[in-house]
Amino acid sequence: MKKTLQLLAGFWSVLWGVANAETGSGTGVGWGALNLPAGVTPDSHDIHDLHMTILWICVGIGILVYGILVYSLIHHRKSKGVVPATFHENTKWEIVWTIIPFLILIAMAIPATKVMIKVYDTSASDMTIKVTGYQWKWRYTYLDEGIDFFSSLDAKSNEARQLGSKIDPATVEHYLLNVDKPLVIPANKKIRVLLTAADVLHAWWVPEFGWKKDAIPGFITDGWIKVEKPGIYRGQCAELCGRDHGFMPIVVVVKTEDEYKQWVAAEKGKQEVGKVDASKQLTLDELTAKGKEFYASNCAACHGAEGDGVPGVFPAIKGSKVALGPLADHLKLVLHGKAAMPAFKDQLNDVEIAAVVTYQRNGFGNKKGDSIQPADIQAYK
Amino acid sequence: MSVATHDDIHAHDHHDHGPAKGFMRWVTTTNHKDIGTLYLITGLIMFFVGGAMALVIRAELFEPGLQYVDPHFFNQMTTLHALIMVFGAVMPAFAGLANWMIPMMIGAPDMALPRMNNWSFWLLPFGFVMLSSTLFMDGGAAAAGWTLYPPLVLQTGNALPFTVFTVHILGMSSIMAAINIIVTVFNMRAPGMTMMKLPLFVWTWVITAFLLIAVMPVFAGAVTMLLTDKYFGTSFFNAAGGGDPVLYQHLFWFFGHPEVYILILPSFGIISSIIPTFSRKPLFGYASMVYATAAIGLLSFIVWAHHQYTVGMPLAGELYFTYATMLIAVPTGVKVFNWLATMWKGAMTFETPMLYAIAFVVLFTMGGFTGLMMSISPADLQYHDTYFIVAHFHYVLVPGAVFALFAATYYWLPKWTGHMYDEKLGKLHFWLTTISVNICFFPQHFVGLAGMPRRIPDYAVQFAEFNAMSSVGAFVFGFSQLIFAYVIYKAIKGGEKATSEVWEGAEAHGLEWHLPSPPPYHSWTEAPAENLISDLH
Repeated sequence: MKKTLQLLAGFWSVLWGVANAETGSGTGVGWGALNLPAGVTPDSHDIHDLHMTILWICVGIGILVYGILVYSLIHHRKSKGVVPATFHENTKWEIVWTIIPFLILIAMAIPATKVMIKVYDTSASDMTIKVTGYQWKWRYTYLDEGIDFFSSLDAKSNEARQLGSKIDPATVEHYLLNVDKPLVIPANKKIRVLLTAADVLHAWWVPEFGWKKDAIPGFITDGWIKVEKPGIYRGQCAELCGRDHGFMPIVVVVKTEDEYKQWVAAEKGKQEVGKVDASKQLTLDELTAKGKEFYASNCAACHGAEGDGVPGVFPAIKGSKVALGPLADHLKLVLHGKAAMPAFKDQLNDVEIAAVVTYQRNGFGNKKGDSIQPADIQAYK
Repeated sequence: MSVATHDDIHAHDHHDHGPAKGFMRWVTTTNHKDIGTLYLITGLIMFFVGGAMALVIRAELFEPGLQYVDPHFFNQMTTLHALIMVFGAVMPAFAGLANWMIPMMIGAPDMALPRMNNWSFWLLPFGFVMLSSTLFMDGGAAAAGWTLYPPLVLQTGNALPFTVFTVHILGMSSIMAAINIIVTVFNMRAPGMTMMKLPLFVWTWVITAFLLIAVMPVFAGAVTMLLTDKYFGTSFFNAAGGGDPVLYQHLFWFFGHPEVYILILPSFGIISSIIPTFSRKPLFGYASMVYATAAIGLLSFIVWAHHQYTVGMPLAGELYFTYATMLIAVPTGVKVFNWLATMWKGAMTFETPMLYAIAFVVLFTMGGFTGLMMSISPADLQYHDTYFIVAHFHYVLVPGAVFALFAATYYWLPKWTGHMYDEKLGKLHFWLTTISVNICFFPQHFVGLAGMPRRIPDYAVQFAEFNAMSSVGAFVFGFSQLIFAYVIYKAIKGGEKATSEVWEGAEAHGLEWHLPSPPPYHSWTEAPAENLISDLH
């Protein structure tokens, strides 16, 4: 009953929302999630305006077509004693309804062409960021600053989205639209975005920016954004990329130029501190504890939290020949990948690889007993 | 000797007039009506199988969070739902209608190639059993979407070769059916039945058949390249070996775009048959209907990359495909206007086939509008891969192709069975279906525009309301189809006797209405009188 009432209430807000659609005032939430966002970049405004233009043209044609149909359905029925006419062609009218739509199409094509030329103009950008799609996270590389990090679904959403988690998504802030580490960019700078992928196709899409583009392994595509106002903008992967396609959101934090500069400085400092002493010896417990963490964020999506994998698609780690076999083979697979298995040599540092490999060889009842040191990884490389 | 042989054949012929009895009748049949029935029943069964998969999808999407299925299984459902609906439900159903109706409409006794006809049907059940069996294999069925894009599809387990082989089998079946239709229409028309006298349903099927022959081999080739990439070390679609994943998309959509017209052109033919009958008027603009259909068929080959506006084509490519795609609106518009002009000043009645035909005109046009919107490449950078697209293609395929199939079934069911169907149940089926289909798909326009990507098993909470509504619509729609199955069953079992004309004044609209209801086992053993044909309009 409650659901029915909600649905009824919904119909009203839909009508209300459609009435207000042109102003783009829809809140974009619940029953108000009705229309394209007006956007925060020049491209997104142009595309929104173009969308509204074509929408209203279609509404106009629709009123005409459905109006004629309804008139005919009311007046031209047998029950009203109508004697059917016998005409079956009329060259004049047939030419009219061929030519007029053609002219309308030309009228739509002109603004469309103008907008597309602007969207494709990535020249004279102020900075470049490379975005790489992975199953199932994004990697952001600031080509000018040397900053490089991964961005994946935040822990709270990740916990709530598990099958049978019993956590109400409504209680999770920005459910499925939040990440552990967002992309940070300055406002009012023309940013060229280069896109590629490491494994399968992905597509990078923030609706407020007006476009999406595919990230294709082995190729680079590009686009540009120039965000007018600081804020937090959210989006998602838009190209089916496997099991967790629905769980690799995009969050972009747009800062003023000064704040952005501070962020860059802090980030560079952090990356310096983050460099771990690879010569340090770690105990088996230290390694497995760290490894468990890295396993959860890098391996569990395919190989399962318990190392069971998915039969036929993703091999199990529990009792696997690789994890219980010679170290060199295990490292080769993790560092360089194979078929669907991504290469982790650029994704994780030596300490992280040592930890995760140790965990795989000793967790899930594998009990191989060896503790792999960061130095071993360096030696292997 | 020769006389005796002649007598033998004659006697044999005489005994063969009725169908054989039992199961083997259906296995060995070469009769166009039997094969048509087999196709139609297969289509209906697969419609329920694909529909059950759709309900798994909509159940999971009823509210945010994962309640019932693993995302990997969800992806298998979206993939198989589409493959089964396209290749298992809609295409066989149209092939069934073609088999039943084309010989009766052109004044022929049967299809031109009856043994091939048998084979092209009997390939299908094996294809679908194989495709369905992939669900139970290690790693499950293909889960990369019906488009089977690499590299993702190459992560499929043992199901991949079976899926590819299914495409080969279904493709063979379709090509043989298409050849049969072309040969039949070109060679077996009754005297006086010139090409420009053919009913629109026959015309649209001839054009569809040419599209099938042209594009099925491309699809079969593309999926074979997937197979060799996975198992034989080729790199057609692997950049590391000098290939390009986007090449597959070009090959797929060179097939895929004509394919969507393969699903809609016969619908245009059906609607063009039904509207004149119930308007009691000749079809308006017959010649322009034929030319518009041919124009749509030709255009379908040169617009494929509008499915790929986001892959990073050069600007010139984006603009070319935008302009070419927009052009399709012109012949499609001509068709809609012609249907309106046919109804204009007619004396309409609203039996179930007409209700479905009118709903088709209204709702297909809606899908046409969104199609026009997404032909505009810059706007499509927003629409692409969202629920707006899902809403669009379901509007043209469900209230489009599927409604045309409902309309055709109600229209010709009395002819096939010799009994009138239950009009009250038919109308109930119509209203439940039409209302629920809109509750299901209309809200998807909104969530798509507001930012919900397609092919996701779970979504952000701001999309919850419209998704709940959509799921309610989907379940009502799904269960309403049981009424449809029951109406068919009831008409087969009995009911008011149908006249040969069935619908008032229908004799003027097609040769099939000059045969008794049900028609004889071999339709026109003697060619219809030429004045019957010249009186048609």
